[in-house]
Amino acid sequence: MGSNSDRQPFDNTVVEWVDSRLPIFTLLQKEYGVFPTPKNFNYFWNFGAILMVMLMTMIVTGIFLAMHYTADTTLAFDSVDRIMRDVNGGWLMRYIHMNGASFFFLAVYIHIGRGMYYGSYKQPRELLWILGVLIFLLMMATAFIGYVLPWGQMSLWGATVITNLFSAVPVLGESIVTLLWGGFSVDNPTLTRFFALHYLLPFVIFAVVFLHVWALHVTGSNNPLGIDTKGKQDTLPFHPYYTVKDTFGLVVFLILYATFIFFLPNALGHPDNYIPADPLVTPAHIVPEWYFLPFYAILRAITFDIGIPFTDIVIISAKLGGVIAMFGSILLWFVLPWLDTHPVRSAKFRPLYRKFFFALIVIFLFLGYAGSQSADATLLGVPMSILGLLATAYYFAFFLVIVPWLSKNEKALDVPASINDAVLKDKKG
Amino acid sequence: MTKYFFTLSVLMALITFSPLSSHAAGGGKTPPSQDWHFSGPFGTFDRAALQRGFKVYRNVCAACHGLKRVAFRNLEALGYDEAQIKSIAAEYSVVDGPDDEGEMFERTALPSDRYPSPYPNDNAARAANGALPPDLSLITKARANGANYLYALMTGYKDNPPEEKHIKLSAGQYYNEYMPGYIIAMAPPLSDGVVAYEDETPETVSQYAKDLTEFLVWAAEPEMEKRKAMGINVLFFLIVFAGVMYAYKKRIWADVKK
Repeated sequence: MGSNSDRQPFDNTVVEWVDSRLPIFTLLQKEYGVFPTPKNFNYFWNFGAILMVMLMTMIVTGIFLAMHYTADTTLAFDSVDRIMRDVNGGWLMRYIHMNGASFFFLAVYIHIGRGMYYGSYKQPRELLWILGVLIFLLMMATAFIGYVLPWGQMSLWGATVITNLFSAVPVLGESIVTLLWGGFSVDNPTLTRFFALHYLLPFVIFAVVFLHVWALHVTGSNNPLGIDTKGKQDTLPFHPYYTVKDTFGLVVFLILYATFIFFLPNALGHPDNYIPADPLVTPAHIVPEWYFLPFYAILRAITFDIGIPFTDIVIISAKLGGVIAMFGSILLWFVLPWLDTHPVRSAKFRPLYRKFFFALIVIFLFLGYAGSQSADATLLGVPMSILGLLATAYYFAFFLVIVPWLSKNEKALDVPASINDAVLKDKKG
Repeated sequence: MTKYFFTLSVLMALITFSPLSSHAAGGGKTPPSQDWHFSGPFGTFDRAALQRGFKVYRNVCAACHGLKRVAFRNLEALGYDEAQIKSIAAEYSVVDGPDDEGEMFERTALPSDRYPSPYPNDNAARAANGALPPDLSLITKARANGANYLYALMTGYKDNPPEEKHIKLSAGQYYNEYMPGYIIAMAPPLSDGVVAYEDETPETVSQYAKDLTEFLVWAAEPEMEKRKAMGINVLFFLIVFAGVMYAYKKRIWADVKK
């Protein structure tokens, strides 16, 4: 007897023939058909499905683009322009892919914010959360190297600035940078290896997404109340309730996405990337894509060396400090389940956490603004570098001071006994 | 309180991402918005303006600026027929080869050829002009607020820099209000009557600039009309589909929460 002895037979003979040999239909039925899902999801729970669609969209359009793209510094820019002009449907594939990166990140930021607000990272979903952070890091790497491929001015100079960051790593720095470049500057070997990696990483993301979804289906979904499901009265089968709700949410998201693809295809990009890369001309103002701006601002916030006071001994240079702050700002998310040990998950019942969290969102957006400004910009007469540093300080204080402190000291509101109770009460009130 | 924070977040998001569409690189006035035939979701190119703009490009700009990504066959989109395109191409010659003897040779351009550039390479172009005249194939996409910027630049020359700017022009430099840094190495390219139009269209600098901009926007985004037309269909479908899915969702969920 195999491991699928508790399988229910299917009526359709073809389906049954396959399923008795490989129970793929049983799996789908169990995980996406009858899968018990909390019945009180709000629309923030649509973004998982939206992200899945975005990943598939990026992979499919990317494969078509790769068929026509040439990874060579003398040809890359021209090959992209040929895709835009001469390849049938090429402009559509490219604009879907190019704007797809932006909308992928928009969705993932909302998805992560949802997780932080409703405490989705807490026991027993720590590993699910960690896999999610890993996906985000892989997405950042993939997006960054993807932006290099068209070989425009921002491609070249963005790559130069970001890869140079690794030179701040003590001892190994220069070797890491040489390895990334495949030489002594961002040049042809860099482009070819970035192209190879840009084709590889999405499939790595896909594999981690598989683990992420697997972990989700072991613990079950969190929900806006953040309380565990207690039985059948709290849940609905995934199909048709959430298949239809996810489809509706997805189509609304696609309306916004399509508006950019067809009517504002270059609004989210930088015009300099339509100028072919030129190692002899530095753009006046090198900025990353919008979705990296908050982290870019954190990188630039550290403008001072950290050393032993009253001596000239520098322990952490400004550059290394910035790099540590930038990577640290994301790596912190890995340990968030242990920084926030408050027993109540949802911010709905944590008025203090909620206020600090919304302040974090505002600060994070402000960091995005700060990242888009030139280094010597001012806002209301205050230098941007100081404002960026203050915002960075709040960002770290939130995770390292406020959240741990609230874990011990915040008194939560009364949490309803079950999802069903809360839903019924809502209905009456 | 939540509402307040939400509003603040949205506002912050708007402030954050508004500068993205208009990166103004240090110095240079913000170009005023013009009323373009191709503006808006239903905007199309004006064929007559495209043809006039092409004429301005050929008679004026082409002396120094290439248009190497545009092929003669693409001119069909300007409203020319096959014979007209053949005769336009025939006015140019291109280097082809090697032939059977291994020699490169010059021949008359065909519709399948791309527009020949005025200089064999960037260094030759730089040597002849003192600065590199950029290829114009993508110029409106390669500048923030491309169309308005280009029009403003063509019409933004001033004889002398204003006193308060303290700008000293050396030989081969010109003052232009819209050029980042205000100094441009290109002499004012347009003047009234410099190109003869075949119809009654006024032969003025601003009209030339307008037509040229329309032509160069087409050169940079030849797919624009197709893209917008497809976009209207896609949005129409998605909005109807969203409505259907919403109604369907309402029905499926009708028995929940009772």
